[in-house]
Formats: sequence, structure tokens, C-alpha cells
Amino acid sequence: MARTMLEKLKKGLFMTHTEFLEKVGETFRRSGPVAPEQLDGLEDALIAADTGVELSLRLTDELREEVRSGRISSAEELRPAVRTRLLDLLRSTAEDAGEVTTGSPRITMLVGVNGTGKTTTAAKLAKRRREAGRSVLLAAADTFRAAAVEQLRVWADRLDVPLVHQAEGADPAAVVFDAIAAARARGIDEVIVDTAGRLHTRTNLMKELEKVRKVAEREVEGAPHEVLLVLDATTGSNGIEQAKRFGATAGVNGVVLTKLDGTAKGGVILAIAEGLGLPVRWVGVGEAADDLLPFDAEEFVDALLELS
Amino acid sequence: MLESLQDRLGRVVKTLRGEGHLTEYHIDNALREIRLALLEADVNVDVVRRFTSAVRERAVGKEVLSSVTPAQMVTKVVHDELKHLLGDSTTELSFKGRPAVVMLVGLQGSGKTTTAAKLACWVRDKKRLFPLLVPADTSRPAAREQLLVLGKQVNIPTVDTRELDDPETIARKGLREASIKGYQVLIFDTAGRLHVDDELMDELERLKTILKPQHILFVADAMTGQDAVRSAKAFHERLDVSGVVLTKLDGDARGGAALSVREVVGRPIVFAGIGERTDALEQFHPDRMAGRILGMGDVLTLVEKAQEVVDERKARRLEERLKKNAFDLEDLRDQLRSVRKMGPLQQVMDMLPGMGKMMPAGGIGEGQERTLMRMDAIICSMTPKERRHPQILNGSRKKRIAKGSGTSVEEINRLLRQYGQMRKLMKRLGKTNPRTLKRQLGIQ
Ligand SMILES: Nc1nc2c(ncn2[C@@H]2O[C@H](COP(=O)(O)OP(=O)(O)OP(=O)(O)O)[C@@H](O)[C@H]2O)c(=O)[nH]1
Ligand SMILES: [Mg+2]
Repeated sequence: MARTMLEKLKKGLFMTHTEFLEKVGETFRRSGPVAPEQLDGLEDALIAADTGVELSLRLTDELREEVRSGRISSAEELRPAVRTRLLDLLRSTAEDAGEVTTGSPRITMLVGVNGTGKTTTAAKLAKRRREAGRSVLLAAADTFRAAAVEQLRVWADRLDVPLVHQAEGADPAAVVFDAIAAARARGIDEVIVDTAGRLHTRTNLMKELEKVRKVAEREVEGAPHEVLLVLDATTGSNGIEQAKRFGATAGVNGVVLTKLDGTAKGGVILAIAEGLGLPVRWVGVGEAADDLLPFDAEEFVDALLELS
Repeated sequence: MLESLQDRLGRVVKTLRGEGHLTEYHIDNALREIRLALLEADVNVDVVRRFTSAVRERAVGKEVLSSVTPAQMVTKVVHDELKHLLGDSTTELSFKGRPAVVMLVGLQGSGKTTTAAKLACWVRDKKRLFPLLVPADTSRPAAREQLLVLGKQVNIPTVDTRELDDPETIARKGLREASIKGYQVLIFDTAGRLHVDDELMDELERLKTILKPQHILFVADAMTGQDAVRSAKAFHERLDVSGVVLTKLDGDARGGAALSVREVVGRPIVFAGIGERTDALEQFHPDRMAGRILGMGDVLTLVEKAQEVVDERKARRLEERLKKNAFDLEDLRDQLRSVRKMGPLQQVMDMLPGMGKMMPAGGIGEGQERTLMRMDAIICSMTPKERRHPQILNGSRKKRIAKGSGTSVEEINRLLRQYGQMRKLMKRLGKTNPRTLKRQLGIQ
């Protein structure tokens, strides 16, 4: 993959010199023997990137151990050591998911808590897929939020992609059912389903999502082929909880990390990768239809550690 | 919310409670736990550092030496410090000017539009003023439709700005409309934007010049992590934010962002968003939040909420009955019904001391709602006499009731047991004033 993601990331996220980078930089720039404060600084820096307390402590404890045992003897070795660990973590997630090819149309569901960027990502994804030569249909299964259908309609019009929708308050599962039928009738390859934002703690709303998923399962073999958790990069440790709950009820098999064009690091995906083995598929780097880029672990980590 | 922080500090305090006296070693131990708990709750690292050193400073030294029990002292120091950081008192928005303008700003997806509608309802219902909603998010598709729909739902006048494509023009139109028609509070919803987007931040400054808002509220998502500090700071530097609204607090986010944002902005958190409905907006109470963080529940909010739901007449009757110690099963049924009316049970439970821990990690869902409904059914199957004098409920009566309500004798016994406990608690609550109650619960 071209260095596009990194370019974008540098423009937003890494243009602003943050305490985090300064701290990491400081830690890494030193040479000579490793001082204990350097590891403390690294610990804080990882936490400051939303990597999560548990994972950050574990990583730095491992490094402390390596320093103690003499496997790491100079400060210069710290950076590659952290890099390797973070990469291993991201690479340990199943790379094969999302490659299911059975059944047609191929169904992708976007799920997540309120305001993370599901609708925008649905549109961006539609554009990507069409550029890959596939015909696409958008399904407006957010029948709850005021003007949610309107929002998706604007995108559908802009992209010139067909939209299937029902009245506000309709059953989202019925919308998906309709969308699948429409796609079949028109010979469309892909159905992208935008769902309503919901907090993962709302049991009944999570059940509703399960029902949507079941309809897809019943109607198309192997569906839903992709269930993507749309995660806002500014999210803190709650992201782990979100991934767990949406994973359990909606069968999430990938993550889209949005709003990486801000100053947030999105370190929570590291904790999610570690805890749940969920791979990140895409990153959102802006509000326009083109601002969706494939996730690249190496670039992400390099950008995080400013190693490029 | 903030469960884990609650649990952890609860544990620390317990350890300290077991000790006869407080040493520096103990303080350091407690602080380590407090640091981790705060970090896990997503409080910004730098904020945590300052917080723990402030606690340390206060905990070691005179204050502790002169205290009766050291453990109580540390608890109090942590609580006070937390409370202090969250803002020492509740801030209630007031509105001056014709119209008084409130501008909502924040990152994409933080909840500005929903908050605008909620705030308008609050202004109308609690302040008895006439609000006007002005949708000016011209960048997100259908954002203005969203506010128009919400405005219509709750019957609040909303300017139709769909034909205008420039927020500054919208601002002028809104002002004109408000002054011609005499609306007292103009609520201006802006497009979400990133603090690193200079162009859009400039736009906000220009809007501020035109609108001369009395309040600029920064709307922040309670689930935000470490970045909360950076965005809050940037918005504040450009706009001199006057207050904060913390949204999505109905989830299980630990809400450390509250502390971070509050610290950098130095302005009060005025509202808490606790749901998607337009009435799911509460005043933010720093002292209660601090108590809640420390696992002491949020009894006062609960009481307040209950007051709104239980209708006046019933409330007075209940009070009478409490005084006479005559709380019977009919009263219990009323109570159960109002608890159900109070909204998502999880919310209510979170406010009760100790309840947080008793509830399953998954939160309260339909299961518990169903239990409440079954309890209701049981009471409905009783004769009026049985409701008033539950002591006459013998085996055969219980069997009849079980059959009538489609439940079991076991469930009836459980309900009666709970009723007994509740009666005892009610008796105590009825006699104490809120102040003493707070002390009994260990809040003060
Ligand atoms: N800067 C930036 N903004 C984004 C990105 N993705 C989405 N947004 C913005 O975030 C806001 C919310 O996006 P939506 O797509 O409406 O989010 P949603 O998850 O569908 O929201 P609900 O349906 O209300 O839960 C919009 O203003 C989007 O333009 C991104 O990658 N970067
Ligand atoms: Mg949406």
C-alpha cells in the first residue's frame, strides 16, 4: 500500500506536536544506559495515547524485565522493542476475516455507539467499493434518529448510489430484508447497512441489532459478511467495552477507526487487538467521501512512534 | 458509570480503615491505587499527576495528625479534592438579554444537536422562558433537518435555515427572528469540527462576534479518552468557553473526561446528558458526582427524580403514610410503578449507594424490568384488604395470588421480604433530614 495513510496522519494527527510525542521522543532520543524514568515516561506516553492502563503497564513491565535481564542494554534499543511489540499485537489479529465470498449480495453492517461516524463511513465505503468495480446499495436501517434517513439520502444522491429506506420508526430488520430483495432484483453486488447509534449498555437496542443480523444471516448465505464496529479515535477505555458488547451481539469482525484527522491517537485499538483479536480494516481521516483509507499496521505504529 | 473507580477506591479506603493509624506508606499505597483507578477511568495523565500530588500534600501533615481516624481523613481529602476538581458547587444557567444567546460547540459526533433540543425543553419547562432553536450545522448532511424534526417533536419553534448555506447569515437571521417575535433564549447549534481545523475555528470566532452569546457551551462526550484535554483546551483558547455539557453519561463510560475537561477549561460542567430522549438532561452536580465516584451513590439525584415522577398528591399521601408508619403494599405498587416510569432502571440503580456493585456487569435490562412487572402483577392479584394488611397473607391466600398473577409462592415470599426491608428503610428515611441521611451514608 502506498504511504497514503501516513501522509494523512502526518497532516492531522502528527502535525501537532503533542506531549505524547515529545515524551516518546525524549525517551527514544537518549542514548546510553536505560534510566528508570525513561520507562516511566514511556508508560505515561502509552497511556496518554489511550493504549489503556493494563496494556501499557504490561508492555513497559516487559521492557523493564528485558532491561533488568540485560537483553536491552541501551536506550536506543527501546524504540525498536516497543515497535516490534505493538506490531506483533496488531498482526496477531486475524487477517483473513472479511474475505468470506459466499452468498450474494455481500452484506456489510456498520454498528457502534452514537456519533462515531457510521453513516459517513457507510457512504465512504460505498464509494470505495464502487471504485473497486462493485455495484452498491445503501440500506438506511437507522430508523430511529431524527433525519437519519435524510442524511444517508444526501450521501446516496451525491454518490449516485441506490438507497433503500422505510418510514421513521420502522423495523430496521425489515429495511434490511427489503434492501436484500432490492439488491437481488437489480443484481447488485453489495449492500451496505447503516444502523442507528446505540450505547452498548442498552440491552433492548442491542437485541434489535441482533435481529437485524439474523435477517441478513437467514436471507443470504455467509451474511453478514462484514460487521464493522465504527469507533471514534477519541474514545478512551470505553472502546474496549464497546468492542466486547457489539462483538457479542452483532458479531463484529472488524473495526473502522474514525476521526484520526484530529489529535487523538486511537491507541484503544491496540487494547482491542490484544483483548479481542479484532483487526482494524479502515481509518477515517476526514468528512469527505474520499477520506477513508485502508488500515496499515506498520504505518500506524510508525506514525504513533514517529519513526517514519 | 464510574463503577470501577468506585470499586477501587472503595477497596483502598477499606484497607485504610483496617489500620490503626496512617503512615506515609499507606498514603502512597492509596495514591498508587487512586492513580491507576483514575487512569483507567480515562482521566488525563497530567491531570492525574496533579490530583494525586494535591491529595498527598493534603493527606500528609497536620490535617491527618489532628483527625480522629486517619482513614476517614484520607477519604475526605480524596472526596473533597475530587469535588473541588469537578467544581465546588452546582451551576445553574441564568439568562439575560433579549434574546440571551447560547452557542453549542464541540467535536463531530459529541451530541450538540440532541443537546440543543434538550436544552430548549429545559429552558421552556424549568425556566419558563421562550426558547428559539437555530440550526446552523451547514456541513453535516441533514443536520438541520434533524433539529427541525426534534423541534417539531417537542413543540419548540425552530428556524428553518435549510435554504441558507452560510452560518453567519443564519446567525443574523436567528437574531432577527428572536427579537421580532420576542423569544427570550436563542439556542444556536453549530457544526462539529476538529480543533485543529483553523478555518472552521475562525468561523466560530466570527459567529461569536455576531451572536455575542451569553453562554458558549462546549459539548463533550463522556466516553472521550486522553484527548479530551487537548480539544477542550483548543476550543477554550479560541472561544473562551463558559461551560461544559457532558453527554452520553447513561452509558458505562467511566467519565474521567469530566475531570480532565473541567480542569483545563476551568469552567463549570453545567449539564449531564443521560439518554437520547429530549428530557434526558440533568443539571450536573459536582458534589454528587464526587460522592458517586467514591461509591457513595447519588441519593439526592434519585430523590429529586422521584419527586418529579411521583405525582404530588401521591407523594403527600406517601409522606403521611411514612410518618404514620403505614406504608402498605398499595404504596409499594405505586412506588414500583414510579420506579418504572423513572426511565432506564440502570440509571436509577446507579444512584443508589451500593447498588452499582450488586448489578450484573451487563447492566439492567429487560430481565429486571420483567421482575418489576411480575411484582406489580402479584400486588394486583391481591384483595384490597390483603394489600393493606399483608400480615394476613397465609399459605392458601398466597397460592391463590400466585395462580391469579401467573407467578409462584416463592416469588410472593420474596416480594414480601423485600417489602419488609423497604418498610424498615422507609421508616428511617422518613425520619431523617437529607443532611443526616448523607452523613449516615458516609457522604459527609
Ligand atoms: N473529522 C472527521 N469527522 C468525521 C469522520 N467520520 C465522521 N465524521 C463526522 O462525525 C460526525 C458524525 O458522523 P455520522 O456519520 O453522522 O455518525 P453516526 O455514527 O452515523 O451518528 P449517529 O447515527 O447519530 O449515531 C459528522 O459530522 C461526520 O462528518 C472522520 O473520519 N473525521
Ligand atoms: Mg448515523
